[in-house]
Amino acid sequence: MGDTIANLKIGEKGVIDDFSLDAIPLCLLEMGCLPGKEVRLLQIAPLNDPLYIKVNGSHLAIRKEMALQINITKL
Amino acid sequence: MKNNAVVNVALVGNPNTGKTSLFNQLTGLNQKVGNYPGITVDKKQGKCKISDSLTAEIIDLPGTYSINPTTLDETIVLDTLLNEESTSHPDLIIVVAEVENLKRNLLLFSQLKDLQIPTILTINMADQMDRKGISIDIEKLKAELKTEIVLISARKKVGIENLKNEIANYKNWNTDPVANISNKIDSEFFDKIKSDFSDFSLYKSWLLITQQENCTFLTKEQNNKIDTIKSDAEKIKKYQHKETIYRYQIINDILKRTYKVDKTQATDLRSKLDRVLTHRVFGYVIFVGILLLIFQSIFEWASFPMDLIDGFFANLSELAINNLPEGTFTNLIAEGVIPGIGGVVIFIPQIAILFLFIAILEETGYMSRVVFLMDKIMRKFGMSGKSIIPLISGTACAIPAIMASRNISSWKERLITILVVPFTTCSARLPVYAILISLIIPDKRILGIFNLQGLTLMALYFLGFAAAIVSAILLHYTLKIEKKSLFVIEMPNYKLPSVKNVFYEVVEKTKAFIFGAGKIILAISIVLWFLASNGSDTFKNAEQYVSNQSENVNLPKEDLQKKIASYKLEHSYIGNMGKMIEPVIQPMGYDWKIGIALISSFAAREVFVGALATIYSVESEGEDVGTIKERMGAEINQKTGKKRFNLATGMSLLLFYAFAMQCIGTLAIVKRETKSWKWPILQLIGMGALAYISAIVAFNIFN
Repeated sequence: MGDTIANLKIGEKGVIDDFSLDAIPLCLLEMGCLPGKEVRLLQIAPLNDPLYIKVNGSHLAIRKEMALQINITKL
Repeated sequence: MKNNAVVNVALVGNPNTGKTSLFNQLTGLNQKVGNYPGITVDKKQGKCKISDSLTAEIIDLPGTYSINPTTLDETIVLDTLLNEESTSHPDLIIVVAEVENLKRNLLLFSQLKDLQIPTILTINMADQMDRKGISIDIEKLKAELKTEIVLISARKKVGIENLKNEIANYKNWNTDPVANISNKIDSEFFDKIKSDFSDFSLYKSWLLITQQENCTFLTKEQNNKIDTIKSDAEKIKKYQHKETIYRYQIINDILKRTYKVDKTQATDLRSKLDRVLTHRVFGYVIFVGILLLIFQSIFEWASFPMDLIDGFFANLSELAINNLPEGTFTNLIAEGVIPGIGGVVIFIPQIAILFLFIAILEETGYMSRVVFLMDKIMRKFGMSGKSIIPLISGTACAIPAIMASRNISSWKERLITILVVPFTTCSARLPVYAILISLIIPDKRILGIFNLQGLTLMALYFLGFAAAIVSAILLHYTLKIEKKSLFVIEMPNYKLPSVKNVFYEVVEKTKAFIFGAGKIILAISIVLWFLASNGSDTFKNAEQYVSNQSENVNLPKEDLQKKIASYKLEHSYIGNMGKMIEPVIQPMGYDWKIGIALISSFAAREVFVGALATIYSVESEGEDVGTIKERMGAEINQKTGKKRFNLATGMSLLLFYAFAMQCIGTLAIVKRETKSWKWPILQLIGMGALAYISAIVAFNIFN
């Protein structure tokens, strides 16, 4: 427990926890980043931020500060 | 039946779905850029003949992932769709989706559908379904989504006629909503909204409630009702989240029954390219390489058409003088209007080439990788990875560059970007740099390969970027703006750029420059012409006075004319202004003549060269630097008896032009984009002060 998207290593996957709903900004939800969905870390930018993820079929880049808000369970 | 009815059609879709391709196919060259009523943001629209009795006025709305806006561009989408009184309110909506990201595209579709405006779904890139192993049961999908669907391949022009045929029949479309948000979330709450706003569809009322600002087109009573409901902000936010989840549930269920992907067919080109292009070393190397290629091309490719344009306008002026009857009007045309227009057109090659590259980088999907690579670095300077595009564009012209900042969602990051972009070395500075460098820097090679003049020019480019970065850092720590950062970018799949889209993009950006800066440059050129060709009594008697001076009696006619012109300029209104500011500019090492050039270049920096040419009574043959240069080189400082354009004055001028905000077109666009005079005035004073101080320092160091 206590993992967030920011804890993933490149290539690792996790499932977004249900209770992080309030923490996820609406625009990220709308891009498909929903509770229960699998998220996979594809790349980390130099300087370790932002993160390049694939979630629910979408390829997105988000900043670390946002990634830290999203709780996951590692797979 | 009306013989030729016109319907407003809004084109809406996620970015990277080929929305622009479809717009270009539907309207061709029949497009124009206008303004949205009330807000001064560019609106792309074009006409399309649907059938013999129906014409569509198509509006290409900015790409958006959702109807809930996070950027200025997206706010426009919402406003256009909600405000029924607006002249651009659509009679019907075309939603552009794309086969590969259909799920996410359908979220936007479901929101639009619920507005209960007639809506049709087009699924683009249908030609790639086989290759990607995707199959869609279209008939079933139509029934589930209660909509007509047209499969298209916008780039290959497939399906466009089908789409037109469907649009002709738009009055019979099903306008039922797809998602029943009321029952699923809180029926009591939503029923109340329904009864409060019986004029609107439920979803429209809900959108009006969830927006940050109240809408101007509602009555006071309606706004009051909205404020009451809005007071429970937590609840609204929670329901918005629930709504989005619910929409995805519906979409997932529908797609499970209608959409299949055979994963074994998928290729892995994307991740391979990503691994290289976003690599922590190669990523930057490739990016810097591309930048160098771009700048190299701007210089190499643009010089030839620029020379042509230059010669053309010089000939045109001569033609006007020789063929029109002598008089004020002819002078206005030949010395005010034609050089004014020429001063705008001369920049088109550089601007077009730069935007050609930017359009290609955006079309291929590479630009998103650059944003990803640069975001963290740019954030240290208070900007966003997305600020890279305005900063690169600024090397052509700050005006389209500032407009390119609209997709930055954080106001602070966007504002800083807008404020620092004018420091980048735009093409108007180049003629000034070119002539000054050739005057003060020896044409020598150091270490055998590097040309000293070329190195100086490069140093000035870096200086521009450095000034932008340093002032961004300063602003970052001084601007007290609450930072609401919502940085989510899509990393689109790589694709080959479409020639048509790139072409239209270049045309559009170039137009933005011509009509943004061009109008102002032209207007000021005319004002300057007036100030330079009128003056008090001394001015009017110039001819007599100069001819009667003993030293001039034996001069050949041509030289005498030049002397008269020079004397006239000195005693014209602008000459008086130059003398007036002399005490202020003296610490920088300038006299009143350079003062005139400084005032003149307020329209556009490059006017500096032309103004000096007139002042030093050199026949201005376009930008025949050779003659102007010789004359400038020979100019003597009366007080010291040394050369006027020595290293000290030259350096001082270079720094002044590098830093000063001498572009009214940019100030106007900053006012427009920030909706306040505060920021352009800050730019004018801040950049002016920096220019003034550093010019003085440079003059004293090198003197």
